[in-house]
Amino acid sequence: MTMATQTSSPVAAGEAGAVVDRIRVSVPDRGLRHDLRAVGIVWRRELIRFRTDRLRAITALVQPFLFLFILGTGLSNLAGGSLPHSASFDFKTFIYPGVLAMSVLFTAIFSAGSIVWDREFGFLREILVAPVSRASIVVGKCLGGATIATFQGVIFLCLAWFAHVPYNPVLILGLIGMLLLLSFTLTAFGVMMAARIKQFQAFMALTQMLVLPLFFLSGALYPLVGLPAWLTVLTRLDPLTYIVGPMRHLVFSHLNVPAHVSALINAHLAPSITWGGWVVPLWLSLGIVAAMGIGMTGVASAEFSKTE
Amino acid sequence: MAAQTRTVQTGAGPVAHRLADGSGPETVITVSGLVKQYGDIEAVRGIDFTVARGETFGFLGPNGAGKSTTIKILCTLANATGGTAVVAGYDAATERDAVRRNIGLVFQDTTLDTYLTAEQNLRFHAELYGVPKAAVMPRMRQVMDMVGLWDRKDSLVSTYSGGMQRRLEIARGLLHAPHVLFLDEPTVGLDPQTRSSIWTYINDLKSREDITIFLTTHYMDEAEHCDRIAIIDHGKIVAIDTPEALKASVGKDRVQIHTADDQRAIAELAAKFGIEAAVHDGAVTFSVAAGEQFVPRLFTEFSIPIRSVSVSRPSLDDVFMSYTGTTIRDAEGGAGNEFMRNMAKLRSGRR
Repeated sequence: MTMATQTSSPVAAGEAGAVVDRIRVSVPDRGLRHDLRAVGIVWRRELIRFRTDRLRAITALVQPFLFLFILGTGLSNLAGGSLPHSASFDFKTFIYPGVLAMSVLFTAIFSAGSIVWDREFGFLREILVAPVSRASIVVGKCLGGATIATFQGVIFLCLAWFAHVPYNPVLILGLIGMLLLLSFTLTAFGVMMAARIKQFQAFMALTQMLVLPLFFLSGALYPLVGLPAWLTVLTRLDPLTYIVGPMRHLVFSHLNVPAHVSALINAHLAPSITWGGWVVPLWLSLGIVAAMGIGMTGVASAEFSKTE
Repeated sequence: MAAQTRTVQTGAGPVAHRLADGSGPETVITVSGLVKQYGDIEAVRGIDFTVARGETFGFLGPNGAGKSTTIKILCTLANATGGTAVVAGYDAATERDAVRRNIGLVFQDTTLDTYLTAEQNLRFHAELYGVPKAAVMPRMRQVMDMVGLWDRKDSLVSTYSGGMQRRLEIARGLLHAPHVLFLDEPTVGLDPQTRSSIWTYINDLKSREDITIFLTTHYMDEAEHCDRIAIIDHGKIVAIDTPEALKASVGKDRVQIHTADDQRAIAELAAKFGIEAAVHDGAVTFSVAAGEQFVPRLFTEFSIPIRSVSVSRPSLDDVFMSYTGTTIRDAEGGAGNEFMRNMAKLRSGRR
């Protein structure tokens, strides 16, 4: 048995007799570079795990598919009546930005579920005893989830043509940027939950329960105009609202439709988000989502710093 | 043994802030007055000990005795309720990162990502511990060669057997060249053959690395591999010395007899020979000096039929018994063993 260890001396170059030189390894004090390496490797592990799990990639796209093609086509007739130029405007185009957001929603949150999984299988311990800041682990995890989710979103972006959305580079890049932001925040939300919840089933049940209301309140499936006051308030409290709105704005401003049609659909279908009449500017809208992501990353880091 | 280890070291140790690189007996772990409470349960009840550099130090005790709790405190995974622990020159409570950089850990339960390959698992560890980039590959090869897994580095860990996984974990624990390697029940759940092969690797690494090993076990035969052992029972250290010294302190041989009537046999042993006996592991057990001379006397003078007899030199089992009044198997409660283990797990909690 020991012979196996003797046979192929690794760095046998400077070997003196039977004694193998021990590789000199000095682990440096913690610093920014070290933390960045930690972020990098946690991020890379997410990608490796995702690459080996093709089933997950496929199943995650089923739901947005159903929404766009089944629900989108089915509701076209019903929705058409309320549109000013029903003939020239497809309902699929309307829900496309919302469904795009949905395509990253589940992947992002559930990628955080791997933390609960890691805890059950012990790997989390390997991570938590490492001499790195908890924040770098959380950030790496969130970036990993964001990358995977955005990748899913990009696949869905390829289907833009079916919703009559043009393949405009500015539009595509803008959407990818927003998807990244959205999925980072969503993963941070998931990680924050995973820091607390110790059972995988409980995590799935709880996030499942929270995800649908978030999605429904975001205005992904209906325009946020003429709603009753209570619903208007709820939609403004939903962080997803502040990303679905700008995404729809971006999509609608790149549609190949006459100017007067564009003005009409913008007014009726993509109204600006307002707080009691005050229009929330784009930077603030995205800023809210970013701030929430950073805040939840902080909470998750603090949560992982606790010891028994 | 420890001294030999140091003299063959060519590549000295990593840069240590408070550990001088020269040889000589230095203290690597100092524990004083350590207490840990989980609610009303006192898992560790005030223990003190030191471990010298290069030593292999074993914590021996039944499941639930406080071994894992102590190791968790030393590894910065749990906070002590009272007392202090200094590891590699750093306080385990206040200088966590410094302690973590200087220790390697192998837990009872596997902490590998079984969906990654062995190499990916090790690379993950190297990046997390900030091993200098240029050193990662050669060091990875060295530690994997040491446990005989280099040719399987590209296999998914899920295809590894239990013994291979444990070996990989030992390799990973050594990757960042720690000063202290903590092994929490390194062979638990493995078959006897694999257990002994794990020990071959551990003994081998002692001759290759400048390292102090702290391990816990509830297998008596494994404690024999240690330079020194501490016997822990109900959260307290009841004895601490080299295995030889501990065995010598018991002195007497252990005699076990199977009789037709155990209770009467115990009474008669007390009456005729003045020997205190008790039933352990299903046999009447007692200690006498020079057991092989005592047995013939026993046969001629004893009135109860004896079905079988065995005489053994003092083992760590006897040491354990003389200090705790029970055998380690009794302490773990025979069939209740699994239950105890689960309780211990429950108590220590998973993080």
